[in-house]
Amino acid sequence: MRGQGIWLQSISGLGIAFLYLPIIVLVVFSFNASRLSATWQGFSWHWYGVLWHDEALLAAAANSLWVAVLSTSLVVLLGVPAAMGLERLRGRGRQALETIFLLPLVLPEVMMGVALLLFFVMIHWPLSLATVVVGHAAFNLPVVIVMVRARLQKLDPRLEEAASDLGASAWQTFYRVTWPLVRPAVLGAALLAFTISLDDFIVTFFVAGPGATTLPLKVYSMIKSGLSPEINALSSVLVLASMGLVGLSLMFQRR
Amino acid sequence: MNPWSSSKEAAAGLCSRFGGWRLLGPGLLWTTVFCLLPMVVVLAVSLATRGTYGGVVWEFSLDNYRDLLHPLYGRIFGQSLLLAGMTTGMCLALGFPLAYYIARLPPRRQALWLIFIMIPFWTNFLVRTYAWIFILRTEGLLNTVLMQLQLISTPLDLLYSNQAVLLGLVYGYLPFMVLPLYAAIERIDPALIEAAWDLYADRWSLFRRVLIPLTKPGIIAGCVLVFIPSLGAYLTPDLLGGARSMMVGNLIQHEYLVARDWPLGSALSILLMLIVMGSLLWYFNAQSPQIRERGEQ
Repeated sequence: MRGQGIWLQSISGLGIAFLYLPIIVLVVFSFNASRLSATWQGFSWHWYGVLWHDEALLAAAANSLWVAVLSTSLVVLLGVPAAMGLERLRGRGRQALETIFLLPLVLPEVMMGVALLLFFVMIHWPLSLATVVVGHAAFNLPVVIVMVRARLQKLDPRLEEAASDLGASAWQTFYRVTWPLVRPAVLGAALLAFTISLDDFIVTFFVAGPGATTLPLKVYSMIKSGLSPEINALSSVLVLASMGLVGLSLMFQRR
Repeated sequence: MNPWSSSKEAAAGLCSRFGGWRLLGPGLLWTTVFCLLPMVVVLAVSLATRGTYGGVVWEFSLDNYRDLLHPLYGRIFGQSLLLAGMTTGMCLALGFPLAYYIARLPPRRQALWLIFIMIPFWTNFLVRTYAWIFILRTEGLLNTVLMQLQLISTPLDLLYSNQAVLLGLVYGYLPFMVLPLYAAIERIDPALIEAAWDLYADRWSLFRRVLIPLTKPGIIAGCVLVFIPSLGAYLTPDLLGGARSMMVGNLIQHEYLVARDWPLGSALSILLMLIVMGSLLWYFNAQSPQIRERGEQ
C-alpha cells in the first residue's frame, strides 16, 4: 500500500492543530500573571488560588456534581431494564418503542429545553435543581439505552438459556450471567451520561430555578460579565477533568 | 400473538419471566411524561394565543404560524440553514482527509489519534467556545500577536461576526464528523484502494469513484450529526456572533425568555423540529438501501 501522501499528513496535522491550539492557548494563559489576559507577564498560580476561594463557583460545581450523580443514577436504573426489554420485544411494537425512546436524542436541545420549561410551568412544578435533574435524565435516557443495547445484541442468548436450564431463577440469571457481561457497557454509558450532564448548558439554562446554578451556568455568566484569567484557570481544570473521563471510559472499554 | 414469546431464545431470559412490560414500563413512562408530553404541550401552545402580559390564553388560532412568514424570521431561518450547511460542508472537507489518514495508520497509532479526536469531544462546549473568544476578541491573543509582529496597526474585528460563528461551529462539531467517517473508512478493504491505484486512478477518481461510494453511509451519518446540532445551535451564535448573527435557537430563546411570547416561540420550535425530522427522514431513506444490500449478501 502506498504511504500516506504529504498533503494528507499536513491536512490531518492541521486538523489536530485546529482542535488543540485553542485549548493549549487557554491552558498556557491560565498561568499568566497579568490581568489583561492576552499578553504574557510571567508564570503564576495566582488564578488557581482565586478559583479555589471562589465560593459561588465551588457551590455551582457541587450543584453540578449532585445533578450529574442523581440524573445518571436515574437513567441507569430506568435505561438498563428498558434496553433489555427492547431487545426481547419483536416486530412493530419494538420499532415504535425505539422511535419513542430515541426521540430526545434527535430533538434540537433548545426544543427540549423550552418543551420542559413549558411543561414544568403548566403542571406548576417550581423550577429548581430537581427540575434540572429530571431534564438531564430525560435527554440522557436514550444514551444509556443505545449503548447497553449495542452490548446486549452481541451477547449469546444461549448463555441465559443455559443458566435457566441449570435451574437458575430469573434474578440469578440476571445477576450472575447477564449483568457481568453488560457491566462494561453500563459503566461506559453511565460515564458518558455523567459527562453530558456535567457539560449541559441549554436544557439547564431553561429549567434551572433561581439559585440552582450549575457549573456551566456559572461559567456562562462569568464569560458574559467580562473575561478574566480565572475563566482560563477554570477551563484548564475542566479540560483536565475531561481527559480523565476519556481515560476512564477507555479503561471500561478494554475490560 | 404474544410479542414476548416469538423467539425461542428469549423464553429463557429475564424479560419473558418477569414480563417485558415490567422492564420497559418505567423507562417508557419516563420518556412519555418528560419528553412526549412536553412536546405535545409545545404543539398545543403553538396553536394558542398570547396573553396580554405573556403567558398563554387557550384560544385556538393559527396566527403564530402565519407570523412565521414574516421576512425577519425567514431571514433568521435562512441564515441558520446556510450556516449549518456551511458548517457541515467544512467539517466534511476537513474531516474526511483526517478520518482517512487515521484509518490508514497502524492500529496502535490509530487508537492514539482517536483519543486525540475524543478529548475535545468530551471537553465542555462552553470552554471550547470561550477559547475562541479569548483568541479572537479585540484585545485577544491573535490581535495582540499580530500587532506585536507589526503586521497590523489597529486590531481587527474578528469576533461577533458570522465568520466567527462558523468557525466556532466547525470547531465544535468536527469530532462528530470524524468519528463516523473513520468507522466507515476503516471498514474498506485496502485491496480495493490498491486495485484503484493499479488501474491508474488518480487521487480524484480514487476519491470520487471508490472512497465516496464505499463510505456513503458514514458520510451521511457524519453530515446529519453535524447538521442537526448546528442548525439548533444556541451557545455559539450567542457568544461568538454579533447582533446580526442570530440563529433559530437564539430566536426561540428570545421569544420565550425575553419577549415572553410563548405561543410564537412554540411555533418556531415546531418549525425547527419539522426541519430536523425532515433531514432525519432523508437520512434513513438514504441509509436503508445500503443496509438492505448488506443484508442480502
